[in-house]
Amino acid sequence: MVAIEDYVARIEETCGKEKDFIVIFKYDKKEQTVAKILKKAKIEKSISAIIFELTFKNVSFRLYGTGKAIFRDLKDKSELQNVLVDLLL
Amino acid sequence: MLDPYKIREDFPILKRKINNHPLIYFDNAATSQKPKQVIGAIKNFYENHNANIHRAVHTLSQEASELYEKAHEEVANFINANGMEEIVFVRGTTEAINLVAYAWGLRNLKKDDEVIVSLMEHHSNIVPWEILSKINGFNVKYAEVNGDGTLNYEAFADMISKKTKIVCVSHVSNFSGVINDVKRVARVAHEHGALTLIDGAQSVPHLPINVKDLDVDFLAFSGHKMLGPTGIGALYGKREILEEMEPFQGGGEMIREVSFNTITRRCSITWNDLPWKFEAGTPNVCGGVGLMEAVKYLKRIGMENVKAHECMLTEYAMQRMQECQKVKIYGPKDASVKCGIIPFNVEGLSSHDVALFLDNYGIMIRSGFHCAQPLHEIFKLKSSARVSFYIYNTREEVDRFIEVLKEIEQV
Repeated sequence: MVAIEDYVARIEETCGKEKDFIVIFKYDKKEQTVAKILKKAKIEKSISAIIFELTFKNVSFRLYGTGKAIFRDLKDKSELQNVLVDLLL
Repeated sequence: MLDPYKIREDFPILKRKINNHPLIYFDNAATSQKPKQVIGAIKNFYENHNANIHRAVHTLSQEASELYEKAHEEVANFINANGMEEIVFVRGTTEAINLVAYAWGLRNLKKDDEVIVSLMEHHSNIVPWEILSKINGFNVKYAEVNGDGTLNYEAFADMISKKTKIVCVSHVSNFSGVINDVKRVARVAHEHGALTLIDGAQSVPHLPINVKDLDVDFLAFSGHKMLGPTGIGALYGKREILEEMEPFQGGGEMIREVSFNTITRRCSITWNDLPWKFEAGTPNVCGGVGLMEAVKYLKRIGMENVKAHECMLTEYAMQRMQECQKVKIYGPKDASVKCGIIPFNVEGLSSHDVALFLDNYGIMIRSGFHCAQPLHEIFKLKSSARVSFYIYNTREEVDRFIEVLKEIEQV
């Protein structure tokens, strides 16, 4: 059974009151993961194929071609997990 | 001046490419890269000399003990301490500060006493004192910082009193790179009968240090920020203060004798000599050997040269960063009053976005609070990006960084 752990290597939660979540996708699957996300989310803006500003189910986030993404304005990690499940599975 | 191009040949990692770009490592305030001499010393230790130190009579143990003791002497000499008795090896700066907090503070700080900590401290020089204050009931007071990130010496002098027992200040801010006048801080502290604990994590790797001239009581620093391995660092303490202190942790190595009294049915314990009294258990022998090699490497270059090189790079980078319209630099604009650290933000972007964008081009910088959240709150910053230099960084790397920074501004 496929799980988000198959795609996500690590989630970094930043310090402070307004938390950002930085999701680092597995290196060997980063192209596949980025392609998967770009297929599902709506591209609002793309900069030199390095950064993609995306929205998915009312959540805005930035995806980097290097296989990392920043999510903001999420309540907590469980909300992030739900978004990732919908995006990746 | 040092030759960074020649130095770079000693650092295998700098040959790496990240995301198909040559690696530019500007996160030296977090940790430094390691030269092949340090890597070789570690390999050589495990291949040829590995044994547990002290109290064994076999050859390998003698060799390992000698190397470990020599490492203490080398570090003592590097900061002009009186000898290895004043150098306690620890895991790093954090453990060194905790050692002072628990071995000295737990017994010497009472209710109504005060500990002064500056607002620019790394969390590691705040949290141990806040934890201990909950146990002993003393007060932690915070010394103010000026708008440019420098320590407000006048406010500090007004705040200190006979109640103050210890003043804990970083030598160099890990956020702004500001060099604090710790000699002045120590003088004022001593006038009031207080001790000084200096966080040297960002100064010992980058500046010539003379603890006798600074007249500080404790100096804490980490090996991994000065070309050495992780998991090893040192606490310098004046011999007479260390002699009076009780141990930090109990176990083997730190005792001379544990004798069982058949009448009281208790053990009586005699502590070992300095510095072993504070090094309970089997220490990080190989880490000590690696640190010794790092210190030798820095001594060969000369710490005045290290300082001058970083000052040149900082001045050049700050000057070039001003070409970027959306970049705001924090802290003093005069490179001569700081070490090679530049905190900044790009208008409209979070520091993490900036770091991730640069990462795409193989440029490694730090983003976030850098474990200095109180200072960020004072400056009303959600976070900051930070570049920090070392001996192997070059002007060409700064030029490349500026090129990418200009691209980021277009985002």
